[in-house]
Amino acid sequence: MSVATDVQSQAAPLVEVRGLRMHFPITEGIIARRKIGQVKAVDGVNLTIRRGETLGLVGESGCGKTTMGRCILRLETPTEGAIFYDGVDIANLDRRSLVALRRRIQVIFQDPYSSLNPRQKVGRILSEPMKVHGIEPDPARRTQRVRELLSVCGLNPNFADRYPHEMSGGQRQRVGIARALAVDPEFIVCDEAVSALDVSIQAQIINLLEDLREKFNLTYLFIAHDLSVVRHLCQRVAVMYLGHVVELAECDEVFDNPLHPYTRALLAAVPVPDPTVEADRSFQPLPGEVPSPINPPSGCVFHPRCPIAVDECQRAPPELRELRPGHWVACSQVS
Amino acid sequence: MPPLLEVRNLRTEFRTGAGLVRAVDGVSYTVDPGETVAVVGESGSGKSVGALSILRLIPDPPGRVVGGEVMFAGRDLMKLSDAEMRKVRGGEIGMVFQEPMTSLNPVLTIGRQITEMLEQHRGSDRETAQKRAIELLGLVGIADAARRLKQYPHQLSGGMRQRVMIAIALACEPKLIIADEPTTALDVTIQAQILELMQQLTQRLGVALIVITHNLGIVARYAHRVNVMYAGRIVESGPAASIYHSPRHPYTIALLKSVPRLDRPRQARLDPIEGQPPDLTRLDQGCAFRPRCRFAVEACAAGVPSLDPAGAPGQFAACFRSAELSSLETGRAA
Repeated sequence: MSVATDVQSQAAPLVEVRGLRMHFPITEGIIARRKIGQVKAVDGVNLTIRRGETLGLVGESGCGKTTMGRCILRLETPTEGAIFYDGVDIANLDRRSLVALRRRIQVIFQDPYSSLNPRQKVGRILSEPMKVHGIEPDPARRTQRVRELLSVCGLNPNFADRYPHEMSGGQRQRVGIARALAVDPEFIVCDEAVSALDVSIQAQIINLLEDLREKFNLTYLFIAHDLSVVRHLCQRVAVMYLGHVVELAECDEVFDNPLHPYTRALLAAVPVPDPTVEADRSFQPLPGEVPSPINPPSGCVFHPRCPIAVDECQRAPPELRELRPGHWVACSQVS
Repeated sequence: MPPLLEVRNLRTEFRTGAGLVRAVDGVSYTVDPGETVAVVGESGSGKSVGALSILRLIPDPPGRVVGGEVMFAGRDLMKLSDAEMRKVRGGEIGMVFQEPMTSLNPVLTIGRQITEMLEQHRGSDRETAQKRAIELLGLVGIADAARRLKQYPHQLSGGMRQRVMIAIALACEPKLIIADEPTTALDVTIQAQILELMQQLTQRLGVALIVITHNLGIVARYAHRVNVMYAGRIVESGPAASIYHSPRHPYTIALLKSVPRLDRPRQARLDPIEGQPPDLTRLDQGCAFRPRCRFAVEACAAGVPSLDPAGAPGQFAACFRSAELSSLETGRAA
């Protein structure tokens, strides 16, 4: 299939997603539940993540980027499609195999306030995953590893005795990162991992994520809506809209030479922190709003807002085509 | 022309369990008629509290405006009675907040919320108010206004609700609108629509705008002048171009360097501001940015620097070393 072929040039893919669909049922009634519709959160996505790369997954709320991440983490069981992790299809794994998988795949969430247990000290938060996976069974060695993890993440090892509420947002996010690293994973899904942080703290955490990637040979799926952060951190970027990947390419290629009309509009909408640059940029905001994924438009899902749509776009959903080497676009009107 | 709004030495305090917090600590600035002034800063810098203090919307207790004057159209807002202040809020000064879902009343229709404003502030009768409401929704780009007026906030999308907020803010033809993070909760493409709308309308109607944001890109695109806040004080202010191209306060310099750029390929690692944001209950008599500042010297511990002219005309910085900063910066980079 399409995207699966663009990997030969680089290392073998760590993750390969094929034809992924995640439809959530909408039900009605309390006793006799009837299905009255479905939310097509992810609707036929092909994607590969190479070993050692950071793949950015961007798009606006409701585009399916978080659901993609949750499917790859197997926090959701996809409706359809395959997810190959290191060559094994994990889309329908049983519980036992899932536990083993989660030693290799970890996640960092957006909100450092709600993703840490407020009643546990940091030491306990970090040693729990080690216990679950049988890493460092000796309590003394485990405590030692907790201290090491904290210091790797730029925190004082004594923070093991603190509760999350005694720390700032940036420090809590460092604990969230340390917890992901506790089981020595190879792949981390970062779901809006720096979005809730203030600018000055955000830069610290971005640098930390880069250092850790190098130190532990990590692969990241970096889900974010902040395009500037994605440009800084990622090697390749996939742009999603209403459950579909509309563009996929090397990072600088997406930002300097966007081809899909949605990507173009998205990039133009982001103001740049430089008044001189801004004075020379003119742009037309994209009209309308993202349609509901319950009843997405026919054909190309972007056609109602697209400035270059033609009649054909209402009928045939566009294929993701490789228009330049490594640059994939799902639009029938660009070449 | 005299300024439309002049804030002089505004001070707001909060009594908390951890101690006294000086959330706004001696803030002074002006806004001219028709001008867009941005207030930037990170969480806890006092940017929102400063705006709420102007409108006298600080919950007391725990908070209290303990000093300062807010001159608006020739009157000191701090000296008005509660009834007079209610007329100013929404009447002469419009407000747009971050969360349109929580700032609109969920049990009243959109139409009622707009007409209520007009009836309260303008004494309009139902029919005139209704007509004006339809006109206002058209102004903020909501199609099918007559039908929308009968809808409730939950029936609208986030972007649509923020348009309604803007319509309400504009309803009584204010001279000033205070917008606190007006687009932070919205998606990028919707954010762009709302900001363009606000810019067009404020220009066309000659309304001054104070926009409070943490987004340096929005400031660059829309603001004429900028106030940069840190730990309850304005540390630098001036024309947007000067602030961005020749900042004279170490915090502004560091802030601009710490954001990744959308319009340039990645060049190097980010240069973050080290350390943690200040704990406002534990500030000493020195400069609050000192613990994170690359250029701090002994003098910085002795007192808080005042906001003095620095760099370009109209530019001010509160730093003892602002005059030497540009040479220090080049020295560090070399």
